[in-house]
Amino acid sequence: MKKPKVLQRSKKGNFSGQGSFRTLAGIQQFAAAWDESTLRHLLRRTLFGFKQEDLTAWKGKSMAEVVQLLVSPSQAPLPPVNNYNDAYFSDPTVPAGQTWVIAPYDGNANGRRNTSLKSWWLGNLVQQNSSVHEKMTLFWHNHFAVESVDVNDARYMYRYYSLLRKYALGNFKELVLEITKDPAMLRYLNGYQNNKNAPDENYARELQELFTLGKGPLVFYTEADVRAAARVLTGYTVNATTISSAFDPNRHDTGNKQFSTYYQNKVILGKTGANGAKETEELIDMLFLQGETALYLCRKLYRFFVYYEIDAATEANVIVPMANLFRTKNYEVKPVLELLFSSTHFYDPVNVAGMIKSPLDYCVGLCKEFKMQFPDSSDFANQYLMFDYIRTQSSNMQQNLADPPSVAGWPAYYQAPQFHELWINSDTLPRRNQFMNILLTSGYTRNGKKIFIDVLTYVNALSNPENPNLLIRDTVAHLCAIGLTAEVIQFLKSILLSGQSTDSYWTDAWTSYKANPSNVVARNMVLSRLNSMFSYLMNLPEYQLS
Amino acid sequence: MKRREFLQTLGPAGIVFPALINGLTFKAFAESPLVSALTQAPTETDHVLVIIQLNGGNDGLNTVIPFDQYDKLANARSNIILPQNKLLKLNGTSFTGLHPSMTGLQTLFNEEKLQIIQSVGYPQPNFSHFRATDIWMSASDSNKYVNSGWTGRYLAEEYDGFPTGYPNAVMPDPLAIQIGSFVSPAMQGPSVNMGMAISDPVNFYNLINGIQGASPNTRGGKELTYIRQVAQQTTQYGTAIKNAAAKVTKQFSGYPTGNSLADQLKIVARLIAGGLKTRIYMVSLGGFDTHAQQVIANATDTGAHARLLQRVSEGIKAFMDDLNYLNAHKRVIGMTFSEFGRRIKSNSSGGTDHGAAAPLFVFGHYAKPDVLGKSPEIPLITSASDNVPMQFDFRSVYASILKQWFCVPDLTLENVMLKNFQNLQVIKSSAPCMSSNPDIIPAIETTLALTNYPNPFQQSTTLSYQTEGGYALIQIFSTEGKLIKTLLDKEVTPGNHKITFENEGYSPGIYYARLQSNNQQVTRTMILGR
Repeated sequence: MKKPKVLQRSKKGNFSGQGSFRTLAGIQQFAAAWDESTLRHLLRRTLFGFKQEDLTAWKGKSMAEVVQLLVSPSQAPLPPVNNYNDAYFSDPTVPAGQTWVIAPYDGNANGRRNTSLKSWWLGNLVQQNSSVHEKMTLFWHNHFAVESVDVNDARYMYRYYSLLRKYALGNFKELVLEITKDPAMLRYLNGYQNNKNAPDENYARELQELFTLGKGPLVFYTEADVRAAARVLTGYTVNATTISSAFDPNRHDTGNKQFSTYYQNKVILGKTGANGAKETEELIDMLFLQGETALYLCRKLYRFFVYYEIDAATEANVIVPMANLFRTKNYEVKPVLELLFSSTHFYDPVNVAGMIKSPLDYCVGLCKEFKMQFPDSSDFANQYLMFDYIRTQSSNMQQNLADPPSVAGWPAYYQAPQFHELWINSDTLPRRNQFMNILLTSGYTRNGKKIFIDVLTYVNALSNPENPNLLIRDTVAHLCAIGLTAEVIQFLKSILLSGQSTDSYWTDAWTSYKANPSNVVARNMVLSRLNSMFSYLMNLPEYQLS
Repeated sequence: MKRREFLQTLGPAGIVFPALINGLTFKAFAESPLVSALTQAPTETDHVLVIIQLNGGNDGLNTVIPFDQYDKLANARSNIILPQNKLLKLNGTSFTGLHPSMTGLQTLFNEEKLQIIQSVGYPQPNFSHFRATDIWMSASDSNKYVNSGWTGRYLAEEYDGFPTGYPNAVMPDPLAIQIGSFVSPAMQGPSVNMGMAISDPVNFYNLINGIQGASPNTRGGKELTYIRQVAQQTTQYGTAIKNAAAKVTKQFSGYPTGNSLADQLKIVARLIAGGLKTRIYMVSLGGFDTHAQQVIANATDTGAHARLLQRVSEGIKAFMDDLNYLNAHKRVIGMTFSEFGRRIKSNSSGGTDHGAAAPLFVFGHYAKPDVLGKSPEIPLITSASDNVPMQFDFRSVYASILKQWFCVPDLTLENVMLKNFQNLQVIKSSAPCMSSNPDIIPAIETTLALTNYPNPFQQSTTLSYQTEGGYALIQIFSTEGKLIKTLLDKEVTPGNHKITFENEGYSPGIYYARLQSNNQQVTRTMILGR
C-alpha cells in the first residue's frame, strides 16, 4: 500500500541538513546474530540507561527471553509520602513519612506535595528494575499530557500517574476510556465544565487530534465532529474530596450526535440517565474503527523507541504491520512492543545510536549506569531531596516531569523537522555536561548526604580494570551507543596513562590501589585519572546518543 | 600591587572620597557591583607562561652534559655516552654542554634567551610516573597529597570567584589553556579547574574553521554531526579563541613538520599574538620513558632520545622565532619540566631507569641567560640506584617565575606555593615586572662552604660549614634522593661552624650533604665506607 502524503511529510524530517540514512529493513523477526551489541542496543532504548550487571545477567538469554523480561510489568511503587515538613511548615493532616495521596486538600501543603510527587516519580524511574514499564509510563505521560501546574492538586497527579502506569503495558483503548474520565485530565482539559448548556470542546478536540487519530494528512474529521464529540462527553464531574469522577446525567446532552462522512456519518443516539455515559464508549469505538488510530499510535511508538524519520519504506514495512497487529490484538500494547523489539528493523545498524537522549534518559541514565547510591526510603526526606535534584536538572534541560510544556507533550517527540534534536542546544548541552561533571567531581551534597558518580566502584566492576585497553573498551561499549575513533580511544588511554606510553604504569597504579584501597595517595592517583577520563568521555557528543 | 589590594588599603569604606567615580562617593561605590568587579581585577600584566611537559622522565644527563664530569659520566654509562667532541658548547661556560641535536637551544643560549637550571628535584623523590607527575602538578611535598594544581591556585588568587561571572570584560578569555591533552591537573584550582583544553591541534583547526570530524553513514552519525555543531558553538570561550586566531593570518614559516610539540606551540604563538589575555599555556610531548635503546649503539648521538630532544629544541626555537615575527616575544617566558630525571648509571638494555633530579630550561626574551647551579657530581663508581641529588627544589622555580614574571606578592605566593621557597634568579632584572631583587645568585658565586672530614668515613664525619649568618639548613640525602637526616635547621651566627653526622646504621655508599642558607645552597659528596 502506498502512503504518498506520509512520505512527503516524513521528508521534512531531513531539514537539519545532513544526508538522510534509510533502511528497507522491515518488521520481520531479527534473525542475525544475537550478541552483546544487539542486547546493549535493546537495553539502551527500553531503559533509562542500563547497569553493567543488566548486561551480565542477560547476555546468556535469547532475544525472545530478553524482550519478554523487558515488557513484563514491574511492581507498582508505594505512594509518595510527606517528605516536606520543615521548620516553616508542617502538614496538619499528614505525619512525616505517611502518604498524602488520600489526605484532604490543603492549599498550603499542595505545592510541597506536588514537589513530593515529582521527586517520587523521578525516583520511580531511578529505582525501576529492568523493565520498559516506567519508560512506557513516560510515553503515555507525553501522549496524554497534563501539567501539574494547571491541575493544581498533587493528589490528582498521583491518580493520573497511577492510571498511566496501570495501563502502560495494557490496552490502549481501555486507557483512552479511563483517561477520558480521569480527574486530572477532566480538570486539565476542562472536561468537568463540559455540560449540555455550554459544551466545552477542549477535550473532544484533543481526544481526536492528539490522543487517537492524530492530525495526519489522511485524517479528515471536521469541526462539526469536534462539537458532536464534545456533546457526547458532557456530564462528567469531579469530586475533589474523593479525587474521583462521576457522570451526572443532568448535565449530559441527551440529543443525538451526528458525525461526518469521515466517520461514515455515524450517529450516536442520545441516552438518558446513567446510560448517557455509554455514549463515551460508543465514541471511542468509533475512533478506534478508524485505521488511522493504530497507525498514529504506532508512529508515535516508533519515534519514541527507534527514530523520528518515517519514510515510505518504514511506513509500509514497519508502521503498517505494527498497526495491523495492534488492531488484531484489540489494541493491546505489549504485543506491538514485542514485535518492534524483535524486528530486523529495530536492530538495523542504520538505526543504532540514532536517538538523542532525552533529558530524563540522560539524567536518570547517569544514575543507573553508575548505580548511584541514594539515601534509602527510611531516610525519605533526604532521598526525596536527592531525587528532586535530579528532577530539577532534567527540568533545566527542558524536560520537567509532570509538567510538559503543553497538552501536545514535549516538542522533541513531535515537532518536525528537528524532533529530538530539539533537546540539544547551546543552553542545554552545557547543562548536561556541567551536571555530569558535578556528579563526577564533587558530587551533590545536601544535608550532609552526598550523591556522586563512584568511578572507582564502576571501574572495579569491569572485568579487567587493571588493563587500560580493556577498561576503556568495556567502558565505551557500555556508555556509548556509537563507536569512537581510534584517535579518541588513544586519547582516553593517554589520560589514564598520564601521557606515558607503557600500559603497565596504569596496571601498577591500579594494583597498588587495590592492594591498599584506604591509602589516600594510591586511591587519588587512580581516581584523578579516572575522573579526567570519564569526564572527557562523557563530554563527547557521542555520549548524548542512545 | 593588585588593584584589589590597592582599593582595600584606601581606607575604611566609610571614608568619603568626593566625586571619585562619576560623582559617587567611595562609600556608595564600595557597595555597588562595580567596586566588586574592580576589586576582583587581577594584577595588571600581559605576561604569559608557556609550560612544556616532557612526559616519561627526561634523561637530564643526556640532555645537559657536564663537561667537568664527562669522564665519570662516560664510565657510568659507557653504552650510551655521547661522543665528547659532538657536544654543543655554550658561550660563557666551560662546564656545561648540550646534546648534539639541540642546536636550537644552543643558539637561544648564545643569544641570551635561555637559562639552564641544574638538578631540579625535591626531597624524597618518587619514581612512579603517576605520583611524580602529580607532585610536579600540585607542587606538593613528596609525602603529602594536594588535590589542586600550582597554576590553578595562582589563577584562583588572581581571578576571584571563577567561573561565576566569567568570561567578563576584565577577563574575556580562558585563564589557562592546555593544548594537546586533557586539562592538566596543574590547572586545578581549589574548587574548580581553571583551564580549558584544546585536546589536539586538529580540534583547534576544526574549531576555528568550523569543520566537523568524520561520522558514520548512519542516523547515529547524522545526529552526532548535529550535536558536534552545537558543541562547537557552545565551547566556552570558543568565540574568543576563534577571534584571536583570526587576527593572526601569517606565522613564521620555519616550524618543523612531524613535530607535535611544534604543532602545539604554533597554536600557542597564534593565540598569544592574537591578543588572548590567557596567562598560562601548557603543551606536552611524550615518549621520554627511555628504559631501553634510548640511543643507537655506536652512534649514541642518534636514536630515540636524540629525536625527542631535537623536537624539543626545534619546537622551542621555531616558537621563539615566531614570537619575534609576531612581535609578541617580550610577553612570553617558557619552561620545560619532566616528572623526573633518570639514573646516573645506564642499564644493560641501552636505556636509563627512573631517576630523580634533572635540569630544566627557562626560555624567553627575558629569561636570565645563564646556567644556574653546578654540574651534577658523578661518583667515580656508580651503582644502579644512584641518582643526581637535587640542587634546586622545583617549587623554587615555580615560585620565582610567579614572583618575577607575574609580580605575585610574597603573601599570595605563600598561598599558592603552600610554603616559602628559595627565590632563584630566572628572569632578567630588566623585565618590566621585576618587583624585587632575587635572593639568589648563581651557585658559582656562593659564599657558602661545606666540607667534611674524614671522607670516606665509617662511624661519623664532621661537617664544617661557613655562612653569612641567619637561617641555615643541612640535609643529608642518599643517592636515591631520599632525605636521610636533617642535620641542621635553625638560625646560626656568621662564620665557621661544625656539626657531626653519625652513622646510624646506614648502608655504605655515597651520601650528599646539602647546605642551604639564606638563599644560597651548596652540596658535598660524602662516602660512607665499610
